[in-house]
Parts: sequence; C-alpha cells; structure tokens
Amino acid sequence: MDKDLKISRKKKINQAIAFSLFTFLSYFIVAILFVILAFLIYKGIGVLSWGFISEMPTDGMTSGGIYPAIIGTLILVFGSMLFAFPVGVMAAIYMNEYVKDGWIKRFIKLMTNNLAGVPSIVFGLFGMALFVNKLEFGDSILAGSLTLGLLALPVVIRTTEEALKAVDDTFRQASLGLGASKWQTTSKVVLPIAFPNIITGLILSIGRVSGETAPILFTVAAYFLPKLPSGIFDQVMALPYHLYVISTSGTNIEKSREMAYGTALILIIIVLISNLAASRLRKYFGKKVKMN
Amino acid sequence: MKTNYKKFQEKFIEGLLMLSGTVTSLTVLLIVVFLFSEGLGVFNKKPIDDDFNLTIHAENRISKLSPSQVKNIFDQKIKNWKEVGGKDEKIILFKIDDISDFYTDDQLGKDFKNLSWCINDYIVKHRGVIAFFSKKYISKNFKGKILDVDKIKVSEFLSGDEWFPTARPVAQMGVKPLILGTLWVSLGAILIALPLGLAAAIYLSEIANSRIRNILKPLIELLAGIPSVVYGFFGLVIIVPLIQQLFNLPVGETALAGSVVLGIMALPTIITISEDAMRNTPRAMKEASLALGASKWQTIYKVVIPHSASGITAGAILGIGRAIGETMAVLMVTGNAAIIPTTLLEPVRTIPATIAAELGEAPNGGVHYQALFALGCILFIITLVINLLVEFVTKRKTLSKH
Repeated sequence: MDKDLKISRKKKINQAIAFSLFTFLSYFIVAILFVILAFLIYKGIGVLSWGFISEMPTDGMTSGGIYPAIIGTLILVFGSMLFAFPVGVMAAIYMNEYVKDGWIKRFIKLMTNNLAGVPSIVFGLFGMALFVNKLEFGDSILAGSLTLGLLALPVVIRTTEEALKAVDDTFRQASLGLGASKWQTTSKVVLPIAFPNIITGLILSIGRVSGETAPILFTVAAYFLPKLPSGIFDQVMALPYHLYVISTSGTNIEKSREMAYGTALILIIIVLISNLAASRLRKYFGKKVKMN
Repeated sequence: MKTNYKKFQEKFIEGLLMLSGTVTSLTVLLIVVFLFSEGLGVFNKKPIDDDFNLTIHAENRISKLSPSQVKNIFDQKIKNWKEVGGKDEKIILFKIDDISDFYTDDQLGKDFKNLSWCINDYIVKHRGVIAFFSKKYISKNFKGKILDVDKIKVSEFLSGDEWFPTARPVAQMGVKPLILGTLWVSLGAILIALPLGLAAAIYLSEIANSRIRNILKPLIELLAGIPSVVYGFFGLVIIVPLIQQLFNLPVGETALAGSVVLGIMALPTIITISEDAMRNTPRAMKEASLALGASKWQTIYKVVIPHSASGITAGAILGIGRAIGETMAVLMVTGNAAIIPTTLLEPVRTIPATIAAELGEAPNGGVHYQALFALGCILFIITLVINLLVEFVTKRKTLSKH
C-alpha cells in the first residue's frame, strides 16, 4: 500500500512537471509573437500618417510616403486573384464533384500538394524564365500577377475543396433526385452553401500573396518608381520588396529605418485584417447556416 | 432541342472544369521543363566569359585545362606547367593591367593603339606565359595559342568548394558551401522549432481547455501569416544585434540568426500539423489508458504521441521543407558569405538566398544565370523529395489503421 502511494505520488509529480513545462513553452511562443507584433507596432505607429500612405517617396526613399508601393501591391493582389480564384475554384469543383476516386484524382492531388511545397523563389525563377523571357512580357504587372497567381493556386484549391467537402451529401442527393443535372446541382446547391468558406479561403490567400517577395523580385518589382503604372506591361513597386530594399540596400539605411518600420507595420496590418475578416466571415455565416 | 443544348452545356462545363483540374499538374510539369532546360545548360558551357580568351605560348603542349586548374594557376598554387601535364617550365602570369610594366608609353602608342601588338610580342617572348585578356585585343597575326577550358562537370558543380560565379578568369561554381549552408541553417531552425512546437501542440491538444485553445490557436496561425520579409526585417533589427552582443562577434549576421528566425517561422507548421494528429487519437484509446490507472501524462506519452507519430513526423519534415526553401528572411539575416560553415556563429549563404541575391545581376542566358537555375533545380528536387516523404509517412498511417 505504501509502495503504491509512492508510485502514484511520483506519477503526479512527473505529470505536474511535464504539464507546467508544456504550458510554459506554449506561452513562451505566444510571448514571442507578442514581442514581434508589439515591437513592430510600437516602432511603426509613429510613422503612420495620411501622408505616409498617400505620398510618393522622396529623398532617395528616406522620407515621403509609400503610396506607389501600396498601389502596386493592390494591383498585384488583384491581378493574381483574377487568375488564381476562378481557375482554383474550378479545379476544386472538378476534384470534389466530378472526378471519381482513382489514380487521376490521386495524381492531381499529389501534384497540387507538390506545387504547394515548391519554394517561392522557385516560382520566381519559373516566372522569369516563362513569362518574362520566353513569352516576352518583360518585367511587368502581367508576369508578376501570373507568377503570384500560380503560387496562390494550391492554397485556393485546398480551401475550396475543404469548403465543398463540408457540404452534406444529402443536399446533392436531394437535388439529383429531383432531376437536376450535375452542374445544376453544383451551381445551384453546392456552391451557394460552400460560398462563405470559399470566400474565407480567398481572403486568406490574399493575405499570403500580398506579403510574398521572392516571386516578384525578378518578374515585376521596381526598386524605385515615382509614378503609377499605366498598363499591364509596366513595372510597379510593391510593399514587401520595398521593405526589403530600404532595410538592406537603400541609399541610406539608417535614415530610411523609419520608413521601413512603417512599411512593415502596413504589411502586418494587411495580414491582421485579412485574418480577422476571414474568421469573422466564418463565424457570421456559420451562425446563419445553423439558424436555417 | 432544348435537352440537346443542355447536354452540350453540361459537357462543355465538365470539360472546362477538367481543364482547370489539370492546371496544377501542368504547372509542375512546366516548372520542371523550364527549370531544368535552363539549369542543365550550365553543364554545356565553359565557365569563361565569352568575350575573353586564355592564351599561352604557341609551343606549349597544353591545349585544354579544367576550370579548377586555371583557378589554381592564377592563384599561384600551380607554378609549373609540368604540374598540369606540360613541359618543365615556370608559369608566368600575364595580366593586362601590368602591361605598362613591360612596355613604355611610346611602345603602347596613343590611347593604347598598339596594345594588341604588345600583348602578342609579350606572349611570343615568354615560353611559360599564360595570359587572360579581351578578344578584341587579339591581333590579326596573333602568334600565341588560344587555350581551351573544360566545360563544367556535374561532379565538380556538386562537390566544388567555392562559389565565385563572377570570378575571373574562370567562374568557380561549386555549390557545396551553399548546400551545406542551407542544411546548417535549416537544421538549426528545426532544433529550435521542434521541441517548442511539440510542447505547444501537446499543450493545445491535451492540456489546455477549449476556451484557451480557441484563443491561442488563431494567434499561432497568425504567426504563419506574417510575410517572411517582415520576419527578416525583425531579425535584422532585433535578433542580429542581439546575437552580435551575446556572443561578442564582429558581425551578427550569422547562421544562428537565420536559424532563430526560421525556427520562429517553422513553428506554426509544426504546431498545427502535430496538434491535428494528436487530436485524431481515438477517444476510446485515451480512455482505456486512463481507466487502467495511467496518469494523463503517461497517457500522452505512451498512447497519444505514439499514435500520432506519423503526423508529428510529417509536421517536422514539412517544417524543414519550409526552412530550406525560405528566401527573404534568410537573405536578410545570414550575412551571405559563400563559405563552408564550421560553426553556427559564422555568416553562411543558402541556396534560395543566392538565387535571390544574384539573379538580378546575372546576364540572361549566361553561365551565371544558368548556374542559378541549376540551383533552383536542386532546391526543387529537395522539396519534391520532402513532399513525397510526407505523402509516404501519412499514407503509411492510413494503411496501418485498417
């Protein structure tokens, strides 16, 4: 009896040690996150002003604003989604609604997973070889958007597939049973139900695309361009590339630190907003579906 | 009529959807084609600038040298022609900048008008000479011999110790320091991220109550959403100076800085995937263990962790994959010195960082440009292997379940 008690005591102590260690480490990670966010917000908040986001950079990018970089990033996000969203959603519909289980499905799935794992710098190389050089788009919005679009494609496909999978099969059976065709079922029944989750995926991929630097290095990004683009074959400045440039190789790194903090904060704000919007949307539509 | 139209519409849409379904496979295929057609081109080229020549005395037996031999000659590590298979003759290096040491201004003429004559004259007069100069200075009645340089060999490319793609007279393209640099940084990152990530995954899936979990999980996912260039910037302004002070180093841009930043970046991947795997442990298994008198902690490490081992492995492998392919953050904090690392406290250069830093300056279609694509191929193969490995690990788990 005494021995048993000892064992159970030891068990308890072990558990207490292990659990407090895990708890501590988890909060440590969260603390790291807070340090990063708090530091960048603290340093960047003083730089933010209306002028910062609405003016052209001046004095070798050590003062003025980052207006052209913001506009450039918006254009690139829009352009890449124009390609990735329809293609990705259609691919996901094909995968989830049309193709039967078998080697084709497995193969496509494997390829999509592989594409998702390809490093972003390889997308940059590929975009440069295909769009910039082979198709002779040059360093342009078109080349950059397509490269970013390809990068976002696996993300869009994956989230859309999840959304479609979440639709209960009884909906499909009911629709098909009423004599609707496959496409009618998909477009009138499945897609409307899956829509909120698909949009959530879209928003998350926007957050991802807006911060990507490596794919645009050689396909579109301009070091300094004090005017807005006039067509899809123009170069643009972009926020992530701008941050890279002014924090590592600007004309005066010390002087442009302020600008760098501001740019970093804007990038973080974009990510925060897209994450927040996605989770809000999920919650909002989640409630709505339940009420019906 | 109407049903016919409808049928056609159905078929048309299905075709369109199928086309979109193949787009990822097509992209992977195109990436392979373009990457490899550009990258393999490097093995078909000579690592010497097209506009330049290596020339020797006409009576020299040697007609071809390997890139590393040329380099060793110009570094004066090889001092005699007999070391590379020629006659016993001392090697005399001739650089065009030294021309005024041998010829007077009068001989060179106004605006170096007679430069090509002088070069020819010098080469004819020195039996052991090896000269490197632009093709435009080769006169019509040039009496020397133009030396051929070997193409870059695959084995030299992979095992070479030096990466100086713009070096003269011949570019040195050894990727070993870059591969080792990438592995060092990624290994360091995973050593930091794996224990931390596992601890957090265990806490989130087994210890924390659902309210805390619902707060912490989105926060950790947020960590994954922050762009890598922002991590790089944070590393540059905080972690680099910190490491420099902590270890009293001349520069803080080291492999360690890269590992710390990459470790933080790999955390969300590891946490999310391992946590999902742990939560998939059947409740019955956990309860059986608890009912037998095991404590919660015993259940975790004797039941939950073994059961989710494949998921945890997948998370770790994917985390390494992310770290290997990460570009911007590493580029900004590791110092980018292409030397073979011996400690974590030295600057290193990784494969992705090399591509990002050098592609902008490499002329299109040149040796350097193609060498960078070859680096891209290596990176692509590494990530492909990693993806297949993950696929294999997770598949084995689903098979063993049945």
